[in-house]
Amino acid sequence: MSTTAPLPVQPIPRGTLGRRVGRSLGDWAPAALVFLLGIAAWEGLVRGLAVERFLLPPLSDILRTLWADRSFFIDAGLFTFKEALGGFVIGSAAGMLVALVLARWRPLGRALMPYAIAANAIPIIAFAPITNNWFGLLNPASKMAIAAVLCFFPVMVNTLRGLTSVPPSSIELMRSYAAGEWEIFRRVRIPNALPYVFTALKVATVLAMIGAIVGDYFGGSQEALGIQIRRFAGIFAFEEAWAAILVASVLGIGFYAAVAIAERLALSWHPSVRGSQE
Amino acid sequence: MSRRVSVVSLRGLSKEFSRGGVVALQNIDLEIAPGEFVSLIGPSGCGKSTLLRVIGDLVEPTGGEVVVNGKSARQARLDRDYGIVFQDAVLYDWRTVAKNIALPLEMGGWNRGRRRARVGEMIELVELGGFEGHHPWQLSGGMQQRVSIARALSFDPSLLLMDEPFGALDEMTRERLNMELLRIWERARSTIVFVTHSISEAVFLSTRVVVMSARPGQITGVVEVDLPQPRNAETRGEPRFFELVTEVRERLRAGGLDTAGEGGEEELIAAEEGL
Repeated sequence: MSTTAPLPVQPIPRGTLGRRVGRSLGDWAPAALVFLLGIAAWEGLVRGLAVERFLLPPLSDILRTLWADRSFFIDAGLFTFKEALGGFVIGSAAGMLVALVLARWRPLGRALMPYAIAANAIPIIAFAPITNNWFGLLNPASKMAIAAVLCFFPVMVNTLRGLTSVPPSSIELMRSYAAGEWEIFRRVRIPNALPYVFTALKVATVLAMIGAIVGDYFGGSQEALGIQIRRFAGIFAFEEAWAAILVASVLGIGFYAAVAIAERLALSWHPSVRGSQE
Repeated sequence: MSRRVSVVSLRGLSKEFSRGGVVALQNIDLEIAPGEFVSLIGPSGCGKSTLLRVIGDLVEPTGGEVVVNGKSARQARLDRDYGIVFQDAVLYDWRTVAKNIALPLEMGGWNRGRRRARVGEMIELVELGGFEGHHPWQLSGGMQQRVSIARALSFDPSLLLMDEPFGALDEMTRERLNMELLRIWERARSTIVFVTHSISEAVFLSTRVVVMSARPGQITGVVEVDLPQPRNAETRGEPRFFELVTEVRERLRAGGLDTAGEGGEEELIAAEEGL
């Protein structure tokens, strides 16, 4: 480092892995405590106040039921998860692709955006019975279709926003390097859009799970989790219904977490990611 | 000076923005010789940023002629003759300091080895050793602007266009970067066109100060800065420095310091370019 010009900031030392984990454990402790208190309160209040089983069974009973029939619940969960994942992949990919096209040819984007925004306001889940008719009640494609349409709009709108909300000077600079439109996309617009895309993808995981499960509610294969939740609730098997809901919740959280981890890896440069590590 | 071939030659240049019919530039004639450091100064809305962008082929003029290195501005841009520094450093957050500096080299098709060597030289030139792997948001404003300057110089452009590069920085940082810029300019022997609204900065840095007036944007005077080179901290205390500052100030006043319609220029440029 030079001695002539004093630098106001020194290079930031990289924390060791141990220190990072140690700090992140400290960060997690309050949340973990709340989690344990919540479970204890559930169990204690339901038993202490003798809450009726159909309102809310004790957690321990739910877990016992889940464990006893674990292979059944896991198979049902994975069946529905595949529907959700299929819809997520198709819907998100289509959303990103359409956003790229609309960002590249802006007049087209201006012509289509009002309709996209209007379509986004439609309660798409209302179409579930229709897609069941289109693809067949037992065909997983009918649930994928709903999940895909649910994922499509937020991913498309967010990606488009990310691709187009680039400071004009960033584009001017690229043009001064004699960059063409596609090179500007590759080097500026797409990296700029990534944080927006991941925000949308995280939302899309939730929507995909909702689409698949609610799609099941309107009828489908007996292997599907949504079908089983509806059936158990209908025959007063509350522990079983709650066990299935628990499986759906864990899958949903896992799905979200997987995308969140992918985001951290892909956006390691981003202040929001880097800031939490330092 | 006039016998040498001009780096920039503007003849009868004008620019009228289609939106609102604003005349940003009217009948601009200017010759800039190799190695000159020319400042454009004037009130807000006088078209100095527009003029810089017209030279850099980022804004299309509505009349007149721009010749850069004997070519059209467009050809000069395609030949990567321009290094540009804006008021914001315009660094790409997903790239480290080293990779930001390497960007124009990547686009110019330099191979990895040459890129690395040049980035190393540039880091040394702007005294950012140790920060190669940092991301832009980890740097102070002054350091970001040094990265921006290093990037603009990395591929040896024949013409450096700077649009208020130190305008957002505090006075201390600004004066230090002024000195660094002069040092870099002497070493790189490039030609610089520098937009500023600071009279003392213009006089301190330049070989010539071009004074502009607003609405329509015109050149109202050119002040030759005959302060000795190289300039240093003492330059700002010399009587001749104050005389020149006063001369520029008087020319600005003669052109009217009216700043009506302030700040509209950037928006007009953005709207025009459809950005």
